[in-house]
Amino acid sequence: MKTMIVILLSAMLTDNFVLSKFMGICPFLGVSKKLGSAAGMGIAVTFVMVCATLVTYPIHHGILVPNGLEYFDTVVFILIIALFVQLVENFLKKCIPSLYKSLGVYLPLITTNCAVLGVTVLNIDNNYTFVQSIVNALGGGLGFMMSLIIFSGVRKKLEYADIPETFKGMPATLIAASIVSVSFMGFAGLFR
Amino acid sequence: MADEKKSLVSDLTRGMIKENPTFVMLLGMCPTLAVTTQAMNGIGMGLATTFVLLGSNIVISLLRKVIPDKVRIPAFIVIIASFVTLIGFLLEGFVPSLYDSLGIYLTLITVNCIIFGRAEMFASKNGVAASACDAIGMGLGFTGALFLMGSVREILGSGSWLGLKIPVISESPMLLFIMPAGGFFTLGMLIAVVNKLKKQKPPQEVGCSGCPNEGVCGKAGGCQ
Repeated sequence: MKTMIVILLSAMLTDNFVLSKFMGICPFLGVSKKLGSAAGMGIAVTFVMVCATLVTYPIHHGILVPNGLEYFDTVVFILIIALFVQLVENFLKKCIPSLYKSLGVYLPLITTNCAVLGVTVLNIDNNYTFVQSIVNALGGGLGFMMSLIIFSGVRKKLEYADIPETFKGMPATLIAASIVSVSFMGFAGLFR
Repeated sequence: MADEKKSLVSDLTRGMIKENPTFVMLLGMCPTLAVTTQAMNGIGMGLATTFVLLGSNIVISLLRKVIPDKVRIPAFIVIIASFVTLIGFLLEGFVPSLYDSLGIYLTLITVNCIIFGRAEMFASKNGVAASACDAIGMGLGFTGALFLMGSVREILGSGSWLGLKIPVISESPMLLFIMPAGGFFTLGMLIAVVNKLKKQKPPQEVGCSGCPNEGVCGKAGGCQ
């Protein structure tokens, strides 16, 4: 149980996907303008991360490893993620239209989110068990959502700030991200 | 004939400065921030990406009339992922130290938006020669940007450059620059410098151009 909590919290805080591993920077910078879309993207990513782990882990250990095909990991994983995103999208569209309305637009964007491929590969690299992998994916997703939501608040304030012409737009956003990242450095050393 | 040559040259040079993928188009941010703690890693990552970009652009351009429009995204993904696996093997065999320091980010070249964006916007619409030139230009532009990022961070953060010690700074380097926060900061500063040099009002946001999902999402994602 203790390892589970450590994995969950370190994936969320100390090894936050966005702020310390730099995965999923594009949605972090692109979709963090409004609180609503940040939360929507965060939920969608968490969902896909957990589901992708549920599928890729058995495939890696059940099919690829016994046949000596580990080097196909990248190709197989990314195809599974693309397929999965498509499936989830169609399923939500048909069965839960209300949820599709709020999450649907973010789903196609997730295929190329490196955090999702990253978490599936990291689970394999770290030799996690099945349950540990799922906890890691959940923590990673929640951490992603948290940093998106926090950052959307920071950007809201940034809109009213008086910024020099050259720094308007992306540079100011990146420097704000750097300060948020500094605050997350405070979590380093939480688990020793 | 002369026109054709001219356009090839412009395909080649476009990516290096005018449409530099990192500083101007703001694509491929993840590896830009993650591996640039050292200048050498920046070059390695840049060249590996260039290799994948060149290979995938050539193959996609050759197959552009064969691949049906509806399944083009999975098809592109498979082609790109195959080249990433290939470069992984090559680096592991010949440059193991670089392979170790790039780590998981080597696998993540698969989902680098530069490669996907170029496949979607250029290689699937243009001939082989033009696509190859475009790939080399974009790849070198990316490599240059990563090298610049890596140099700044290595000099300030660890007081060395390409492994050479730099006298005054190496006594007490600013560690922040090789930490994640320093990555965001350096990139923000460099983009600001580029904005200043461009001397035009920068309406810069992540934007939809270059995003592989532009068509599907129809700006609904709110990236402006």
